[in-house]
Amino acid sequence: MNYPENFRYTKEHEWVSLEGGTATIGITFHAQSELGDIVYVDLPKVGATLETGKSFGSVESVKAVSDIYAPIAGEVTEINETLATAPEKLNEDPHGAAWLIKVKVESPADFNNLLSAADYQTYVGAES
Amino acid sequence: MTAAALQRTPLNGVHRASGAKMVDFGGWDMPVQYSGLIDEHNTVRNAVGVFDVSHMGEIEIRGPEAFRLVDYATTNAVSKLKDGQAHYSGLLYEHGGFVDDILVHKVSDRSYFLCVNASNQEKDFEHIRSLNTFDCEVEFAGPKYAQIAIQGPKALGVAQKLTDTELSGIKYYWFRDGVFAGVPARIARTGYTGEDGFEIYTAPEHAVGVWNAIMDAGKEAGIKPCGLGARNTLRLESKMALYGHEIGASISPLEADLAWIVKFDKGDFVGREALLKQREKGISRKLVGFEMRGRGIGRDSYEVLLGGNAAGWVTSGSPAPTLGKNIGLCYLPIGNAKPGERIEIVIRNQAVEAETVPTPFYKRPQ
Repeated sequence: MNYPENFRYTKEHEWVSLEGGTATIGITFHAQSELGDIVYVDLPKVGATLETGKSFGSVESVKAVSDIYAPIAGEVTEINETLATAPEKLNEDPHGAAWLIKVKVESPADFNNLLSAADYQTYVGAES
Repeated sequence: MTAAALQRTPLNGVHRASGAKMVDFGGWDMPVQYSGLIDEHNTVRNAVGVFDVSHMGEIEIRGPEAFRLVDYATTNAVSKLKDGQAHYSGLLYEHGGFVDDILVHKVSDRSYFLCVNASNQEKDFEHIRSLNTFDCEVEFAGPKYAQIAIQGPKALGVAQKLTDTELSGIKYYWFRDGVFAGVPARIARTGYTGEDGFEIYTAPEHAVGVWNAIMDAGKEAGIKPCGLGARNTLRLESKMALYGHEIGASISPLEADLAWIVKFDKGDFVGREALLKQREKGISRKLVGFEMRGRGIGRDSYEVLLGGNAAGWVTSGSPAPTLGKNIGLCYLPIGNAKPGERIEIVIRNQAVEAETVPTPFYKRPQ
């Protein structure tokens, strides 16, 4: 799998891209592949506050529920509404159209503390 | 348990080579999915799927008194079985709880073949041995067999290509010994999916050859290898119990809605006294099916509320791919363990509406 170079990643299998002060957050290809067919996505409301490392929602597949952890702190400015009716998009395009939320980031410098694409790929390789 | 300690079936290499997602299932390294759980589930409902179930255990009981041991150790009436017939049964403790749920195959009066759950096989074997005052030979036969299930409406056509045994002559829950894909095999018309199909028992060294022959024979029918994930949603839609979920050491067959496998009038069997008492006093809880009404999936071990108060627990819950609903099974107080009850299931600290419904959720078209 190709993990975009301009994203950063977590060991809990979230990805973040940063543009200006706004981060887009999703789950990785590896995460959706491990979960299998995704049937529900629970996301916070616009205006909610994310704390780094804390669960902000969940993704549910036929066989399991998995928490999603905030890779970066900030305030939710937008959620991907299409996932409420078409959760399977997370299996199809996890790094693109099936992003989860957009966040106004507290401290953009935190982005650089996350894993690079190369490091994440190594981590996933070692895990599986 | 570390990865190194996991047990492997003879088909482990086939699963890994074909990119199946593997999981630790009760100490076994097993495929949970191949192409995708829902795709595999639908393939079994509409065409045919193949499962490696070689992790399942086998126990063979032989001797002049074999009938008496099997009949004493299990709840169903073994006297009703003809040679070549099988039935579902319970292996109970004296207190009426399950040691395991099993299939009993009668080879002859002097020979019975039990198929038992993988993670219970050692316990089952010791349990049966402890009851063996009948001088039977009780053999732990798991290592002697690989088991492959071919399931779905097209299973008969696919399997028939691989054997001279007239498969349409084997009725549901009957079996025959024959040659399958060129090797000796026990061919049983049984399964754990709610579909028609066969379970093939053969020697481990033949497993890969049989598997490949089935995949080839099923190509036209659209056969797909399936994992334990689909096996679980298929059995749940058909309301087949899973040990550790619907049944266990603290649950009796009467509570698990399995009174039909308990034959009180057959004579003494382990657990009979306890079950008789239970039947007299009346059971206090029972297994019942539910459908989610609110958004969410009530899963294994989630709490069930009646009128806002804790009343029971979910034993299995999942989206039902064939039905397009979220379904499950739960224990409720006996007075409420019937269809049409409004209940709530606590899903991540939120009470979500559900309703009890008749089961099985799915029954195959006849």
